[in-house]
Amino acid sequence: MNGTALIHSIIDGILTGSVYALMATGLTLIFGVMNIINVAQGIFVILGAYLSYALSVHFGIDLFVGLAITIPTLFLVGIVVERVFLSRIKGPEKVVMSILVTYAISLVIEGILNMVFSVNYVELQAWYVDRSVRVFGYWLPYIYLLGFALAVVLLGALYFMLYRTRFGASVRASLADQTSAALVGINVKNVSTICFGIGIAVTAAGGMIYGATNAFNASSSYDLISRLLVIIVLGGMGSIGGALAAGVFMITVEDMVSVIWGPVWSSLTFFLILVIILSVRPQGIFGKLEARLA
Amino acid sequence: MNRRKELFRALGVTSVALATLFTLSTTSGASSSGTIAKGQPVLIGASLSLSGDFSADGTAFQQGYELWAADQNAKGGLLGHKIDLKIVSDASSATQVVTNYQDLISSDHVNLTFGPFSSLLTLPAAKAVSRYGYAMVEGAGGAPSVFQAGLTNVFDSALPVASGLVPFAQWIASLPKSQRPKTIAYVTSTDPFTEPQIPVAEKIIKAAGVKTVYYKTFPAEATDYTPIADAVASANAQVVILGSVDVPTVSAFMQAFEQAHYNPKAFIATAGPDQGAAFTKAVGLANADGMMVPNAWFGGSKNAQSEKMVAEYIKKYGGTAADVNADVAEAYSVGQVITAAVKATGGFDNTKIIKYLHSGVTIQSVLGPVKFNSLGENIKPTAFTFQWQGSNFVEVNPATDPGATKILYPKPAWKN
Repeated sequence: MNGTALIHSIIDGILTGSVYALMATGLTLIFGVMNIINVAQGIFVILGAYLSYALSVHFGIDLFVGLAITIPTLFLVGIVVERVFLSRIKGPEKVVMSILVTYAISLVIEGILNMVFSVNYVELQAWYVDRSVRVFGYWLPYIYLLGFALAVVLLGALYFMLYRTRFGASVRASLADQTSAALVGINVKNVSTICFGIGIAVTAAGGMIYGATNAFNASSSYDLISRLLVIIVLGGMGSIGGALAAGVFMITVEDMVSVIWGPVWSSLTFFLILVIILSVRPQGIFGKLEARLA
Repeated sequence: MNRRKELFRALGVTSVALATLFTLSTTSGASSSGTIAKGQPVLIGASLSLSGDFSADGTAFQQGYELWAADQNAKGGLLGHKIDLKIVSDASSATQVVTNYQDLISSDHVNLTFGPFSSLLTLPAAKAVSRYGYAMVEGAGGAPSVFQAGLTNVFDSALPVASGLVPFAQWIASLPKSQRPKTIAYVTSTDPFTEPQIPVAEKIIKAAGVKTVYYKTFPAEATDYTPIADAVASANAQVVILGSVDVPTVSAFMQAFEQAHYNPKAFIATAGPDQGAAFTKAVGLANADGMMVPNAWFGGSKNAQSEKMVAEYIKKYGGTAADVNADVAEAYSVGQVITAAVKATGGFDNTKIIKYLHSGVTIQSVLGPVKFNSLGENIKPTAFTFQWQGSNFVEVNPATDPGATKILYPKPAWKN
């Protein structure tokens, strides 16, 4: 085993894991507040990547500058999807129904993206996408460093919104007990809609980084959603802190295993860790109800 | 009373089983009769990956099948019957592909079947089709596992994959000692298309004294290639052979190598660079310079049939000859093989078609001559190595081939 490669894999894992954590945060927020498992999260990530692609190719807008357009756009898309499709799902079968409805949404979006952009793979291009900087003898790609910084800023903003604003208090109250929240005057329906919008909006940033580091087409969403679901289950469904920790932890371990034992073991380890941790803590790392937003 | 109930139940089960057997036998019977009423179209069924991991290849295959059907219909179809293609999507799933072919045969009553994309899907598909006595001519299932399954109904018109890297390996071995690389890295996806190619190449290259400094496999379902590519880069081999099945894999390795400021003297990937515009659009044309790929066909092929197909493709879809995905030609050749078999047997009887294709006959196609051995492998094609040189995709070896261009070696630096 090469020591340099091992340290490099840890750095790769932390930088890449933070971006996965950002994408998973939206998913866990939606589940926490709405009890909805949004299996369309992967296709929203790809939609975010394609929006960045369209702005970059057709209007010459820088990928990061373009986020000023793509994040609000996906927020609005999320609001519309929640109001038109998801707010109608009620009753004891809500979680199961939400999987079916969001899967259907994902297929529709995939079909539209295939029609508009074709199935040929594309990759986001910018001067910083293929370049890197040497730090203590390691070449660190700019795009991963920028992605890490973006994830930190957006997760910090999300944390601030949840803990330092009146709306955040409403979200946390809805998360703890929707009936009690409604009794104290919180409009739980509006809180759910906005939370879904936020959950989808963060995929614009995750999608942009994903699209700059991977060639993608609409079908790339299938690879993404399985990983995102593993991260939020491991972190504890509904826990933002858990999604962050699990995202960084899982990807780092996977990358290390790839270097120590070989890449063929990395995916297996990814799911093996999930099984082991869930057998000890079925609720996930941060899965206690009172710690959902820890 | 209970005994009577049990008796009736047993009779019921037996009746259903017999009815099912009867239905299956009549379905197979219909296919083996091989006749289609005058004025009725011939229905050809295929399952393709129009979504999922192989969607780009599946769509290129669809273009190839449709291009062939349009050409053949313009000539009067098959034995005077208009060709109708029934193409369904398997979402790149080895389970769905089986269901699709079962449905195509038992519900849609297709007369003939064309193969899916990839060896991974061809094997289960060919097994399913075999149960109904149908032939499966395909252009993307060249892995040894497909031919070792003991099937007699599968015919691959493309290059058998195991020999794909041989010309490249022989070229490395033939270099004067002063130019010959000293180290090489092998990294491959766990896929029946990629894995068999590597040991064949390694044997030749190792015998030439080139040291293997990295040899690892990665799971086909991998999504994050960065740590793998970084590990290859840190091995600092002079040559890299990548066992890839698609563009994203090659693209991820190229990007990681560039970020690590690592540029091997030669870099060949088993698939990806052969996908024309689909490849250059993803990696950028400038960075494609020097990238190599093994195959038996390219858009600039001097084969007259191929030139005609490429011209038709460009007329319909635009682009240049270099933009045409090799999948298109592989799919088109499937149609040509079936055309020859139907004409020779005078009908659509799958049993006769299978017998004809096993007879040792040579069929001309856009890929060149096609002749099947007893396993269904095409024994005629020659393996070539192709390379991106500027905006051109050219044949570079075997260097003895009259159509070969001088290889770009060492590979130019990354240009993004």
